[in-house]
Amino acid sequence: MKKLILIGVIMISSTASFAQNYITRTGKIIFNATSKKSPEKIEGINNEVANILDTRTGKIVFQVLIKSFKFEKELMQEHFNENYMESNKYPKADFKGNITNINEVNFSKDGVYSIKTAGQLTIHGITSDVTIPGTLTVKGNTITAKAQFSILLKDYKIEIPSLVSDKVSNEATITIESNLNQK
Amino acid sequence: MRKSFLLAVLLISIAMISYAQDENDSLLNELNDNNTATLKNENVIATFKATRIIDGSSVENLGAGVLDFRINHRFGDLSQGVHNTFGLDNATTKLSLDYGVTKWLMVGVGHSALNNEDDGLLKAKILKQKEKGLPLTLSYGGYISIQTTPAPSLPSGDTWKFSNRLYYANQLLIARKFNDWFSLQLMPTIVHYNGVDSSKFSNNTIAVGIGGRVKVSKRIAITSEYYYRATNADLLYVGQTTYNALSIGIDIETGGHVFQLVFTNSQGLSERSFIGQTTDSWSKGNIHFGFNISRVFTVVKPKEFRNLKEN
Repeated sequence: MKKLILIGVIMISSTASFAQNYITRTGKIIFNATSKKSPEKIEGINNEVANILDTRTGKIVFQVLIKSFKFEKELMQEHFNENYMESNKYPKADFKGNITNINEVNFSKDGVYSIKTAGQLTIHGITSDVTIPGTLTVKGNTITAKAQFSILLKDYKIEIPSLVSDKVSNEATITIESNLNQK
Repeated sequence: MRKSFLLAVLLISIAMISYAQDENDSLLNELNDNNTATLKNENVIATFKATRIIDGSSVENLGAGVLDFRINHRFGDLSQGVHNTFGLDNATTKLSLDYGVTKWLMVGVGHSALNNEDDGLLKAKILKQKEKGLPLTLSYGGYISIQTTPAPSLPSGDTWKFSNRLYYANQLLIARKFNDWFSLQLMPTIVHYNGVDSSKFSNNTIAVGIGGRVKVSKRIAITSEYYYRATNADLLYVGQTTYNALSIGIDIETGGHVFQLVFTNSQGLSERSFIGQTTDSWSKGNIHFGFNISRVFTVVKPKEFRNLKEN
Protein backbone atom coordinates (compact mmCIF):
# COMPACT_ATOMS: atom_id res chain seq x y z
CA MET A 1 0.00 0.00 0.00
CA LYS A 2 2.88 2.31 0.82
CA LYS A 3 4.31 1.53 -2.58
CA LEU A 4 1.00 2.44 -4.18
CA ILE A 5 0.86 5.81 -2.47
CA LEU A 6 4.44 6.46 -3.49
CA ILE A 7 3.66 5.62 -7.12
CA GLY A 8 0.57 7.81 -6.93
CA VAL A 9 2.55 10.74 -5.56
CA ILE A 10 5.25 10.34 -8.19
CA MET A 11 2.66 10.20 -10.95
CA ILE A 12 0.74 13.26 -9.79
CA SER A 13 3.89 15.28 -9.28
CA SER A 14 5.19 14.24 -12.69
CA THR A 15 1.86 15.26 -14.25
CA ALA A 16 2.24 18.68 -12.72
CA SER A 17 5.76 19.01 -14.02
CA PHE A 18 4.75 17.72 -17.44
CA ALA A 19 1.93 20.21 -17.94
CA GLN A 20 4.25 22.93 -19.18
CA ASN A 21 2.31 25.73 -20.72
CA TYR A 22 4.07 28.78 -22.01
CA ILE A 23 1.97 31.77 -22.89
CA THR A 24 2.09 35.35 -24.16
CA ARG A 25 -0.40 37.97 -25.27
CA THR A 26 2.14 40.38 -26.64
CA GLY A 27 3.65 38.39 -29.48
CA LYS A 28 4.46 40.16 -32.71
CA ILE A 29 3.36 39.46 -36.26
CA ILE A 30 4.43 41.53 -39.27
CA PHE A 31 2.33 41.28 -42.40
CA ASN A 32 4.04 42.48 -45.56
CA ALA A 33 2.42 42.60 -49.00
CA THR A 34 4.72 45.17 -50.60
CA SER A 35 5.41 44.41 -54.25
CA LYS A 36 8.23 45.76 -56.41
CA LYS A 37 5.84 48.27 -57.93
CA SER A 38 4.21 49.36 -54.67
CA PRO A 39 4.50 53.14 -54.32
CA GLU A 40 4.57 52.72 -50.56
CA LYS A 41 5.34 50.03 -48.04
CA ILE A 42 2.35 47.79 -47.40
CA GLU A 43 3.19 46.53 -43.96
CA GLY A 44 1.16 45.97 -40.83
CA ILE A 45 2.48 45.24 -37.36
CA ASN A 46 0.51 43.50 -34.66
CA ASN A 47 1.95 43.54 -31.15
CA GLU A 48 -0.99 41.84 -29.49
CA VAL A 49 -0.60 38.28 -30.68
CA ALA A 50 -1.79 35.59 -28.27
CA ASN A 51 0.31 32.43 -28.30
CA ILE A 52 0.33 29.25 -26.22
CA LEU A 53 2.86 26.44 -26.36
CA ASP A 54 2.58 23.18 -24.50
CA THR A 55 6.16 21.97 -24.24
CA ARG A 56 4.99 18.51 -23.20
CA THR A 57 2.87 17.75 -26.27
CA GLY A 58 4.30 20.28 -28.72
CA LYS A 59 0.87 21.72 -29.26
CA ILE A 60 1.12 25.35 -30.34
CA VAL A 61 -1.62 27.92 -30.95
CA PHE A 62 -1.49 31.48 -32.25
CA GLN A 63 -4.45 33.78 -32.31
CA VAL A 64 -4.59 37.35 -33.57
CA LEU A 65 -7.21 40.07 -33.96
CA ILE A 66 -7.11 41.57 -37.45
CA LYS A 67 -8.03 45.01 -36.13
CA SER A 68 -4.90 45.07 -33.99
CA PHE A 69 -2.69 45.36 -37.07
CA LYS A 70 -1.23 48.86 -37.22
CA PHE A 71 -0.17 50.42 -40.50
CA GLU A 72 1.98 53.46 -41.08
CA LYS A 73 -0.86 54.96 -43.13
CA GLU A 74 -4.17 55.20 -41.30
CA LEU A 75 -6.09 54.92 -44.57
CA MET A 76 -4.20 51.75 -45.51
CA GLN A 77 -5.17 50.27 -42.16
CA GLU A 78 -8.81 51.10 -42.85
CA HIS A 79 -8.64 49.50 -46.29
CA PHE A 80 -6.88 46.43 -44.88
CA ASN A 81 -9.75 45.95 -42.44
CA GLU A 82 -12.67 47.06 -44.58
CA ASN A 83 -11.85 45.85 -48.06
CA TYR A 84 -9.23 43.11 -47.88
CA MET A 85 -9.52 41.22 -44.59
CA GLU A 86 -13.17 42.14 -43.92
CA SER A 87 -12.41 42.14 -40.22
CA ASN A 88 -16.03 42.73 -39.23
CA LYS A 89 -16.94 39.38 -40.75
CA TYR A 90 -13.67 37.61 -39.93
CA PRO A 91 -12.28 39.30 -36.82
CA LYS A 92 -9.60 36.70 -36.00
CA ALA A 93 -6.90 34.72 -37.69
CA ASP A 94 -5.36 31.71 -36.00
CA PHE A 95 -2.98 28.82 -36.29
CA LYS A 96 -3.52 25.56 -34.42
CA GLY A 97 -0.80 23.02 -34.83
CA ASN A 98 1.81 20.67 -33.47
CA ILE A 99 5.55 20.86 -33.39
CA THR A 100 6.30 17.57 -35.12
CA ASN A 101 9.89 17.30 -33.87
CA ILE A 102 9.22 18.40 -30.29
CA ASN A 103 11.43 15.54 -29.06
CA GLU A 104 14.47 17.28 -30.52
CA VAL A 105 13.93 20.33 -28.31
CA ASN A 106 15.56 20.21 -24.89
CA PHE A 107 13.65 22.77 -22.84
CA SER A 108 16.03 22.47 -19.91
CA LYS A 109 19.02 23.52 -22.02
CA ASP A 110 19.51 27.01 -23.45
CA GLY A 111 19.88 27.09 -27.21
CA VAL A 112 18.28 27.64 -30.58
CA TYR A 113 16.28 24.69 -31.91
CA SER A 114 14.91 24.31 -35.42
CA ILE A 115 11.33 23.14 -35.41
CA LYS A 116 8.73 22.01 -37.90
CA THR A 117 5.08 22.70 -37.26
CA ALA A 118 2.06 21.27 -39.00
CA GLY A 119 -1.47 22.45 -38.49
CA GLN A 120 -4.38 24.55 -39.67
CA LEU A 121 -4.02 28.21 -40.56
CA THR A 122 -7.26 30.21 -40.67
CA ILE A 123 -7.26 33.64 -42.31
CA HIS A 124 -10.24 35.53 -43.72
CA GLY A 125 -12.50 32.62 -42.70
CA ILE A 126 -10.59 30.10 -44.84
CA THR A 127 -8.79 27.22 -43.15
CA SER A 128 -5.97 25.36 -44.84
CA ASP A 129 -3.41 22.78 -43.80
CA VAL A 130 0.10 24.18 -43.66
CA THR A 131 3.56 23.20 -42.51
CA ILE A 132 5.65 26.04 -41.20
CA PRO A 133 9.31 25.81 -40.23
CA GLY A 134 10.63 27.99 -37.44
CA THR A 135 12.88 28.16 -34.42
CA LEU A 136 12.47 27.97 -30.68
CA THR A 137 15.05 29.78 -28.62
CA VAL A 138 15.24 28.55 -25.05
CA LYS A 139 16.83 30.94 -22.61
CA GLY A 140 16.27 30.34 -18.95
CA ASN A 141 12.55 30.46 -18.32
CA THR A 142 11.57 32.13 -21.59
CA ILE A 143 11.04 30.57 -24.97
CA THR A 144 11.11 32.68 -28.12
CA ALA A 145 9.19 31.30 -31.08
CA LYS A 146 10.14 32.66 -34.49
CA ALA A 147 8.93 31.88 -37.98
CA GLN A 148 8.70 33.44 -41.38
CA PHE A 149 6.57 32.14 -44.22
CA SER A 150 4.57 33.29 -47.22
CA ILE A 151 0.94 32.87 -48.07
CA LEU A 152 -0.83 33.38 -51.38
CA LEU A 153 -3.62 35.88 -50.77
CA LYS A 154 -5.88 34.11 -53.25
CA ASP A 155 -5.65 30.89 -51.20
CA TYR A 156 -7.53 32.77 -48.49
CA LYS A 157 -9.91 34.50 -50.92
CA ILE A 158 -8.43 37.93 -50.20
CA GLU A 159 -9.21 39.82 -53.37
CA ILE A 160 -6.97 42.45 -54.88
CA PRO A 161 -8.90 44.75 -57.20
CA SER A 162 -7.49 44.94 -60.74
CA LEU A 163 -6.89 48.68 -60.33
CA VAL A 164 -4.14 48.07 -57.78
CA SER A 165 -3.13 44.53 -58.79
CA ASP A 166 0.43 45.55 -59.62
CA LYS A 167 0.78 47.65 -56.48
CA VAL A 168 -0.12 44.96 -53.96
CA SER A 169 1.84 41.71 -53.93
CA ASN A 170 -0.29 38.60 -54.40
CA GLU A 171 1.92 36.92 -51.84
CA ALA A 172 2.22 38.15 -48.29
CA THR A 173 5.17 37.50 -46.01
CA ILE A 174 4.25 36.76 -42.42
CA THR A 175 6.94 37.17 -39.76
CA ILE A 176 6.28 35.92 -36.26
CA GLU A 177 8.17 36.52 -33.07
CA SER A 178 6.80 35.82 -29.63
CA ASN A 179 8.41 35.62 -26.22
CA LEU A 180 6.66 33.01 -24.14
CA ASN A 181 6.76 32.75 -20.40
CA GLN A 182 5.76 29.85 -18.23
CA LYS A 183 2.21 30.19 -17.03
CA MET B 1 -3.39 -6.11 -3.91
CA ARG B 2 -2.29 -6.47 -7.47
CA LYS B 3 -5.79 -5.77 -8.78
CA SER B 4 -6.28 -2.68 -6.68
CA PHE B 5 -2.82 -1.46 -7.70
CA LEU B 6 -3.67 -1.79 -11.39
CA LEU B 7 -7.00 -0.11 -10.83
CA ALA B 8 -5.33 2.76 -9.02
CA VAL B 9 -2.78 3.19 -11.82
CA LEU B 10 -5.58 3.15 -14.37
CA LEU B 11 -7.63 5.74 -12.47
CA ILE B 12 -4.66 8.01 -11.96
CA SER B 13 -3.73 7.73 -15.63
CA ILE B 14 -7.25 8.65 -16.70
CA ALA B 15 -7.30 11.54 -14.28
CA MET B 16 -3.92 12.64 -15.60
CA ILE B 17 -4.99 12.55 -19.22
CA SER B 18 -8.26 14.32 -18.66
CA TYR B 19 -6.52 16.88 -16.47
CA ALA B 20 -3.95 17.62 -19.12
CA GLN B 21 -6.65 17.74 -21.80
CA ASP B 22 -8.84 20.05 -19.75
CA GLU B 23 -6.04 22.42 -19.05
CA ASN B 24 -5.05 22.61 -22.67
CA ASP B 25 -8.61 23.27 -23.81
CA SER B 26 -9.25 25.80 -21.09
CA LEU B 27 -6.10 27.64 -22.10
CA LEU B 28 -7.26 27.81 -25.69
CA ASN B 29 -10.65 28.97 -24.52
CA GLU B 30 -8.99 31.60 -22.41
CA LEU B 31 -7.18 32.95 -25.47
CA ASN B 32 -10.51 33.01 -27.25
CA ASP B 33 -12.49 34.62 -24.43
CA ASN B 34 -9.93 37.32 -23.96
CA ASN B 35 -9.91 38.18 -27.64
CA THR B 36 -13.68 38.05 -27.87
CA ALA B 37 -13.92 40.53 -25.00
CA THR B 38 -11.48 42.82 -26.81
CA LEU B 39 -13.54 42.53 -29.99
CA LYS B 40 -16.74 43.63 -28.30
CA ASN B 41 -14.97 46.78 -27.18
CA GLU B 42 -13.63 47.62 -30.62
CA ASN B 43 -14.57 50.96 -32.08
CA VAL B 44 -16.63 50.82 -35.22
CA ILE B 45 -14.50 52.00 -38.13
CA ALA B 46 -15.27 53.69 -41.45
CA THR B 47 -18.74 55.06 -40.76
CA PHE B 48 -18.04 57.35 -43.70
CA LYS B 49 -15.24 57.32 -46.26
CA ALA B 50 -14.01 60.85 -45.74
CA THR B 51 -14.06 63.66 -43.20
CA ARG B 52 -16.82 65.34 -45.24
CA ILE B 53 -20.03 63.64 -46.32
CA ILE B 54 -20.26 66.04 -49.27
CA ASP B 55 -20.13 69.72 -48.29
CA GLY B 56 -20.44 69.34 -44.55
CA SER B 57 -18.55 67.32 -41.96
CA SER B 58 -18.94 63.64 -41.26
CA VAL B 59 -18.05 62.10 -37.88
CA GLU B 60 -14.82 60.79 -39.36
CA ASN B 61 -11.61 62.32 -38.05
CA LEU B 62 -8.16 62.08 -39.53
CA GLY B 63 -5.79 59.78 -37.68
CA ALA B 64 -3.19 61.35 -35.40
CA GLY B 65 -0.38 62.81 -37.48
CA VAL B 66 -2.29 62.59 -40.77
CA LEU B 67 -2.52 65.60 -43.12
CA ASP B 68 -5.36 65.77 -45.64
CA PHE B 69 -5.13 68.01 -48.70
CA ARG B 70 -8.55 68.58 -50.23
CA ILE B 71 -9.58 70.14 -53.51
CA ASN B 72 -13.29 70.85 -53.66
CA HIS B 73 -14.53 72.03 -57.00
CA ARG B 74 -18.05 73.15 -57.99
CA PHE B 75 -18.93 74.00 -61.55
CA GLY B 76 -21.51 76.63 -62.49
CA ASP B 77 -25.21 76.11 -62.86
CA LEU B 78 -26.09 73.32 -65.34
CA SER B 79 -29.43 74.91 -66.29
CA GLN B 80 -27.86 77.82 -68.12
CA GLY B 81 -26.96 75.52 -71.00
CA VAL B 82 -24.57 76.82 -73.62
CA HIS B 83 -24.41 80.27 -72.00
CA ASN B 84 -21.88 78.95 -69.54
CA THR B 85 -21.04 75.69 -71.35
CA PHE B 86 -23.34 73.72 -69.04
CA GLY B 87 -21.62 75.00 -65.96
CA LEU B 88 -18.01 74.57 -67.03
CA ASP B 89 -17.59 78.34 -66.79
CA ASN B 90 -18.17 80.09 -63.47
CA ALA B 91 -16.57 77.28 -61.55
CA THR B 92 -15.37 77.80 -58.01
CA THR B 93 -12.87 75.97 -55.87
CA LYS B 94 -12.04 75.51 -52.23
CA LEU B 95 -8.62 74.32 -51.17
CA SER B 96 -8.17 73.04 -47.66
CA LEU B 97 -5.63 71.46 -45.37
CA ASP B 98 -6.80 69.41 -42.41
CA TYR B 99 -4.62 67.81 -39.77
CA GLY B 100 -5.24 65.14 -37.14
CA VAL B 101 -3.69 66.42 -33.91
CA THR B 102 -4.75 63.40 -31.89
CA LYS B 103 -7.05 60.48 -32.55
CA TRP B 104 -10.00 62.60 -31.42
CA LEU B 105 -9.06 66.15 -32.41
CA MET B 106 -8.73 67.53 -35.92
CA VAL B 107 -8.13 71.08 -37.10
CA GLY B 108 -8.19 72.61 -40.55
CA VAL B 109 -7.90 75.73 -42.65
CA GLY B 110 -9.34 76.45 -46.05
CA HIS B 111 -9.81 79.04 -48.71
CA SER B 112 -12.86 79.32 -50.97
CA ALA B 113 -12.72 81.31 -54.18
CA LEU B 114 -16.45 82.00 -53.85
CA ASN B 115 -16.85 85.21 -51.76
CA ASN B 116 -13.12 85.11 -51.06
CA GLU B 117 -13.60 83.25 -47.85
CA ASP B 118 -10.97 81.96 -45.43
CA ASP B 119 -12.12 79.48 -42.85
CA GLY B 120 -10.98 77.37 -39.96
CA LEU B 121 -12.45 74.29 -38.38
CA LEU B 122 -12.09 72.20 -35.28
CA LYS B 123 -13.66 68.78 -34.92
CA ALA B 124 -13.58 66.67 -31.78
CA LYS B 125 -14.81 63.15 -31.25
CA ILE B 126 -16.75 62.85 -28.00
CA LEU B 127 -18.21 59.34 -28.14
CA LYS B 128 -17.32 56.41 -30.37
CA GLN B 129 -19.70 53.72 -31.54
CA LYS B 130 -18.62 50.27 -30.32
CA GLU B 131 -19.06 46.89 -31.96
CA LYS B 132 -21.12 45.80 -28.97
CA GLY B 133 -22.35 48.57 -26.70
CA LEU B 134 -22.52 52.25 -27.48
CA PRO B 135 -24.75 52.52 -30.56
CA LEU B 136 -23.55 55.84 -32.00
CA THR B 137 -20.67 58.21 -32.56
CA LEU B 138 -20.90 61.81 -31.37
CA SER B 139 -18.63 64.61 -32.52
CA TYR B 140 -18.55 68.36 -32.22
CA GLY B 141 -17.70 70.61 -35.16
CA GLY B 142 -16.84 74.30 -34.80
CA TYR B 143 -16.25 76.63 -37.74
CA ILE B 144 -15.26 80.25 -38.25
CA SER B 145 -14.81 82.17 -41.47
CA ILE B 146 -13.83 85.58 -42.76
CA GLN B 147 -15.12 86.99 -46.00
CA THR B 148 -12.50 89.15 -47.67
CA THR B 149 -14.52 90.56 -50.56
CA PRO B 150 -14.56 94.41 -50.83
CA ALA B 151 -17.07 96.15 -48.58
CA PRO B 152 -20.46 96.85 -50.19
CA SER B 153 -21.30 100.48 -51.01
CA LEU B 154 -23.02 101.95 -47.96
CA PRO B 155 -24.80 105.23 -47.30
CA SER B 156 -22.27 107.90 -46.29
CA GLY B 157 -21.53 107.87 -42.61
CA ASP B 158 -21.94 104.09 -42.30
CA THR B 159 -18.90 101.92 -41.99
CA TRP B 160 -18.63 98.22 -42.87
CA LYS B 161 -17.31 96.76 -39.71
CA PHE B 162 -14.76 93.95 -39.80
CA SER B 163 -17.03 91.84 -37.62
CA ASN B 164 -19.63 91.89 -40.41
CA ARG B 165 -17.28 89.66 -42.36
CA LEU B 166 -17.30 86.94 -39.76
CA TYR B 167 -19.51 83.96 -39.19
CA TYR B 168 -19.44 81.11 -36.75
CA ALA B 169 -21.05 77.72 -36.82
CA ASN B 170 -21.37 75.06 -34.17
CA GLN B 171 -22.75 71.63 -34.76
CA LEU B 172 -23.14 68.22 -33.24
CA LEU B 173 -22.56 65.25 -35.48
CA ILE B 174 -24.49 62.16 -34.41
CA ALA B 175 -23.86 59.11 -36.54
CA ARG B 176 -24.55 55.43 -36.55
CA LYS B 177 -23.10 52.77 -38.81
CA PHE B 178 -25.99 50.33 -39.03
CA ASN B 179 -24.08 47.73 -40.99
CA ASP B 180 -21.24 47.48 -43.49
CA TRP B 181 -23.18 49.26 -46.21
CA PHE B 182 -25.44 51.76 -44.45
CA SER B 183 -24.55 54.75 -42.23
CA LEU B 184 -26.73 57.67 -41.17
CA GLN B 185 -25.86 60.98 -39.56
CA LEU B 186 -27.83 63.86 -37.98
CA MET B 187 -26.33 67.32 -37.62
CA PRO B 188 -28.12 69.87 -35.41
CA THR B 189 -26.39 73.15 -36.28
CA ILE B 190 -26.41 76.83 -35.37
CA VAL B 191 -24.87 79.26 -37.84
CA HIS B 192 -24.28 82.77 -36.57
CA TYR B 193 -24.14 85.51 -39.21
CA ASN B 194 -22.80 88.82 -38.00
CA GLY B 195 -23.81 90.81 -41.04
CA VAL B 196 -27.60 90.42 -41.38
CA ASP B 197 -30.39 92.98 -41.41
CA SER B 198 -31.20 92.51 -37.74
CA SER B 199 -34.44 94.49 -37.98
CA LYS B 200 -35.91 91.62 -40.05
CA PHE B 201 -33.86 88.55 -39.30
CA SER B 202 -32.11 86.83 -36.47
CA ASN B 203 -28.36 86.49 -36.59
CA ASN B 204 -28.72 82.81 -35.82
CA THR B 205 -29.94 80.20 -38.23
CA ILE B 206 -30.87 76.94 -36.63
CA ALA B 207 -30.65 74.00 -39.00
CA VAL B 208 -30.76 70.23 -38.85
CA GLY B 209 -28.78 68.28 -41.36
CA ILE B 210 -29.24 64.66 -42.32
CA GLY B 211 -26.65 62.73 -44.23
CA GLY B 212 -26.17 59.15 -45.24
CA ARG B 213 -24.08 56.65 -47.08
CA VAL B 214 -25.02 53.48 -48.93
CA LYS B 215 -22.10 51.36 -50.08
CA VAL B 216 -22.73 49.72 -53.41
CA SER B 217 -19.40 47.91 -53.61
CA LYS B 218 -16.22 47.67 -51.56
CA ARG B 219 -14.91 50.93 -52.98
CA ILE B 220 -17.96 52.82 -54.21
CA ALA B 221 -20.62 54.46 -52.10
CA ILE B 222 -23.57 56.73 -52.78
CA THR B 223 -23.92 59.63 -50.36
CA SER B 224 -26.46 62.30 -49.71
CA GLU B 225 -26.72 65.32 -47.46
CA TYR B 226 -29.57 67.75 -46.73
CA TYR B 227 -29.69 70.73 -44.41
CA TYR B 228 -33.17 71.80 -43.27
CA ARG B 229 -33.37 75.28 -41.76
CA ALA B 230 -35.73 75.38 -38.81
CA THR B 231 -35.41 79.18 -38.45
CA ASN B 232 -34.41 82.04 -40.74
CA ALA B 233 -35.44 80.06 -43.84
CA ASP B 234 -36.65 83.32 -45.42
CA LEU B 235 -33.24 84.95 -44.99
CA LEU B 236 -32.21 86.77 -48.15
CA TYR B 237 -28.68 86.62 -49.47
CA VAL B 238 -27.63 89.60 -51.58
CA GLY B 239 -31.32 90.20 -52.20
CA GLN B 240 -32.05 86.65 -53.39
CA THR B 241 -34.28 83.96 -51.97
CA THR B 242 -32.36 81.17 -50.25
CA TYR B 243 -33.06 77.43 -50.35
CA ASN B 244 -32.14 74.42 -48.27
CA ALA B 245 -29.04 72.68 -49.60
CA LEU B 246 -29.38 69.16 -50.98
CA SER B 247 -26.42 67.25 -52.34
CA ILE B 248 -26.07 63.79 -53.82
CA GLY B 249 -22.69 62.22 -54.44
CA ILE B 250 -20.66 59.16 -55.27
CA ASP B 251 -17.54 58.27 -53.25
CA ILE B 252 -14.84 56.40 -55.13
CA GLU B 253 -11.82 55.15 -53.27
CA THR B 254 -8.46 54.37 -54.84
CA GLY B 255 -5.53 53.79 -52.52
CA GLY B 256 -4.58 57.06 -50.85
CA HIS B 257 -7.28 59.09 -52.64
CA VAL B 258 -10.98 59.50 -52.13
CA PHE B 259 -12.87 61.03 -55.07
CA GLN B 260 -16.31 62.40 -54.44
CA LEU B 261 -18.44 63.28 -57.45
CA VAL B 262 -21.38 65.45 -56.48
CA PHE B 263 -24.55 67.12 -57.69
CA THR B 264 -25.74 69.95 -55.50
CA ASN B 265 -27.81 73.13 -55.55
CA SER B 266 -25.18 74.85 -53.41
CA GLN B 267 -22.06 76.26 -54.95
CA GLY B 268 -20.74 77.37 -51.58
CA LEU B 269 -18.40 75.10 -49.67
CA SER B 270 -18.41 76.53 -46.17
CA GLU B 271 -21.13 76.02 -43.55
CA ARG B 272 -21.97 79.71 -43.86
CA SER B 273 -22.76 79.49 -47.51
CA PHE B 274 -24.29 76.07 -48.03
CA ILE B 275 -26.55 76.11 -44.97
CA GLY B 276 -27.91 79.65 -45.10
CA GLN B 277 -26.83 81.25 -48.35
CA THR B 278 -27.75 78.77 -51.07
CA THR B 279 -29.56 80.76 -53.75
CA ASP B 280 -30.07 77.97 -56.27
CA SER B 281 -32.80 75.39 -56.19
CA TRP B 282 -33.17 71.84 -57.48
CA SER B 283 -36.77 72.50 -58.58
CA LYS B 284 -35.59 75.24 -60.95
CA GLY B 285 -32.82 73.02 -62.26
CA ASN B 286 -30.02 75.17 -60.79
CA ILE B 287 -27.80 72.20 -60.17
CA HIS B 288 -24.03 72.26 -59.89
CA PHE B 289 -21.79 69.36 -60.73
CA GLY B 290 -18.58 69.12 -58.76
CA PHE B 291 -15.97 66.93 -57.16
CA ASN B 292 -13.91 66.64 -54.00
CA ILE B 293 -10.49 65.08 -54.07
CA SER B 294 -8.83 64.11 -50.84
CA ARG B 295 -5.21 63.03 -50.59
CA VAL B 296 -3.79 62.03 -47.22
CA PHE B 297 -0.18 62.14 -46.07
CA THR B 298 1.24 60.62 -42.91
CA VAL B 299 3.27 63.35 -41.23
CA VAL B 300 3.90 61.68 -37.89
CA LYS B 301 4.32 57.91 -38.03
CA PRO B 302 2.45 55.69 -35.56
CA LYS B 303 4.66 54.54 -32.68
CA GLU B 304 5.00 51.01 -34.05
CA PHE B 305 6.89 52.39 -37.05
CA ARG B 306 9.08 55.05 -35.47
CA ASN B 307 12.05 52.91 -34.54
CA LEU B 308 11.97 50.58 -37.51
CA LYS B 309 14.99 50.35 -39.74
CA GLU B 310 14.25 51.00 -43.40
CA ASN B 311 14.63 47.81 -45.38
